Amino acid sequence: MAEAIVNTELIQPENLVYKRTELLTPNALSYCPGCGHGTAHRIIMEVIEEMGIQSETIGIAPVGCSVLAYDFMNIDMQQAAHGRAPALATAAKRLNPKKYVFTYQGDGDLAAIGTAETIHACNRGENIVIIFINNGIYGMTGGQMAPTTLPGMKSSTSPYGRDVAMMGNPLKITELVAQLPGTLYVTRQAVHTPVAVRKAKKAVRKAFENTKLNKGLSFIEIVSNCNSGWKMTPRKANDWMVENMFPFYPLGDIKVNE
Amino acid sequence: MKGNEAFAEAAIRAGADGYFGYPITPQSEVMEYLMAEKPHERTGMIVLQAESEVAAINMVYGGAATGKRVMTSSSSPGISLKQEGISYLCGAELPCLIMNAVRGGPGLGTIQPSQSDYFQSTKGGGHGDYRLLVLAPASVQEMADFARLGFDLAFKYRNPVLVLSDGAIGQMMEKVYLDPQRPRFTDEEIKQNTPWATTGKTPDRERNIITSLALESAKMEQHNIALQAKYRQMEEEEVRYEKIGCDDAEYAFVAYGTSSRICQKAIQLAREQGIKVGLMRPITLFPFPKKIIAQMTSRVKGILVVEMSAGQMVEDVRLAVEGRVKVEHFGRFGGIIPSPVEVVEALKKQIIGG
Repeated sequence: MAEAIVNTELIQPENLVYKRTELLTPNALSYCPGCGHGTAHRIIMEVIEEMGIQSETIGIAPVGCSVLAYDFMNIDMQQAAHGRAPALATAAKRLNPKKYVFTYQGDGDLAAIGTAETIHACNRGENIVIIFINNGIYGMTGGQMAPTTLPGMKSSTSPYGRDVAMMGNPLKITELVAQLPGTLYVTRQAVHTPVAVRKAKKAVRKAFENTKLNKGLSFIEIVSNCNSGWKMTPRKANDWMVENMFPFYPLGDIKVNE
Repeated sequence: MKGNEAFAEAAIRAGADGYFGYPITPQSEVMEYLMAEKPHERTGMIVLQAESEVAAINMVYGGAATGKRVMTSSSSPGISLKQEGISYLCGAELPCLIMNAVRGGPGLGTIQPSQSDYFQSTKGGGHGDYRLLVLAPASVQEMADFARLGFDLAFKYRNPVLVLSDGAIGQMMEKVYLDPQRPRFTDEEIKQNTPWATTGKTPDRERNIITSLALESAKMEQHNIALQAKYRQMEEEEVRYEKIGCDDAEYAFVAYGTSSRICQKAIQLAREQGIKVGLMRPITLFPFPKKIIAQMTSRVKGILVVEMSAGQMVEDVRLAVEGRVKVEHFGRFGGIIPSPVEVVEALKKQIIGG
């Protein structure tokens, strides 16, 4: 196996078909192997590179697994208090109206502690991009129940499964923000297959292009896995996501205004 | 002009880039004045009413992180909500201006003036080892002056500056001299002045990261040591105070803000009765003028600390005095302003006769 990889004759510039974007740093990702964060990072950075807007972009990192997103994204970044990224982005964008400003947030950050900031930034129609990674669990703190944890789904704080009578219902915040007049583009994507990645990247591109229109907020949910938190192998986690998460959180565009 | 309005107008003239706030009595005039003035047309300044005090202080964080001169204002319960954001601002070393028009507490309390947020302002308030640079205005003029001074000190130290006002100073009307308009910094100037800011990564520099996080303890300790060095520098360079009638004084009041004005009248009344009393008014509450207060103990026989609180600053005065002379506290609280007569009586009873 190793011999097949170390074929220096093949590794020549003319044979190069794909490489890591310069907008991802060489730092080793802190995410668990099999996690969707790395792919989500990559497509965002590729879009920024392809649009040539590195010097015009400000990213906001949340609290959660992607708290260290600034270690991997080679752009100017701010790290927000838990849930407050849309508030930071609001001011960063309004004070720097020519910049592209995006937040990168998980489900606990965006749909629990940061619900007010999320809804009001969407409702005001801030000209920003929100990337929302929904894996139905608090990954960084060790697998607790999230606002998006499915009914019956086990987590460390719903060890017998989410009992909606006792613990309440999962929040479809993406459908919710699509109802608000301030959102221009709301879509739900995934990054578990090459086809899904290509679609998700297109959505990210559209969202960043939308910033130029000055017509409202673009909101992209990426339904992702958390194989560690779900206590599954990466492949099993992806299968489980397709079978359980996608029926509850169906993929596709929810709102496309021009 | 009202104190709150003077603060708002002075902020526009100081070249502020953005204000983010949430209504709360007794300081809603700040945002009302700003909205009515249309600073967006005057200077390009952004004014936004946020969905909460929490959002407002985090908007301040997001704006300050891009090197802009940004501010917020609130009153005690709202300032409590902002404490998380203030801790993050200090941790990430972001400059900004915050004004607290203090009202009586705890809880929802009252909308009347108070000075019961001294501990919160000078000892932390949020989590972690940090300090705010705290300016305590005693007049409408100082509300205006400290808006500009506050921005300048915030950028000098990359630290939030708190203007600790109260309901009385915010609401009362006095004549005020306003500085002429200072232009807002251009984006180019901001890149020069604040090379750390997230203005967009250009090929000539590494990416800028604004964060208060360092997962490695050794790194976090170094960060804390650097912060403490900054606070020590403030203590060396930024102590501000005013002494009134202290040259021949046998006794002294120590009071700030509204209380210091009551004490000025009390000095007059006391001197009419032959009591030689002066006033030491701290203008910066952090850094606290502890050396000056310590020096006063070689002259005065006793100090009465007058506060509209149950006794907060008195602890810092006692630390400075180190037991050399008697230090007592007199306060009214819950929104009551003491009368000068009460203050003189307290001086006689607690210090002279005690």
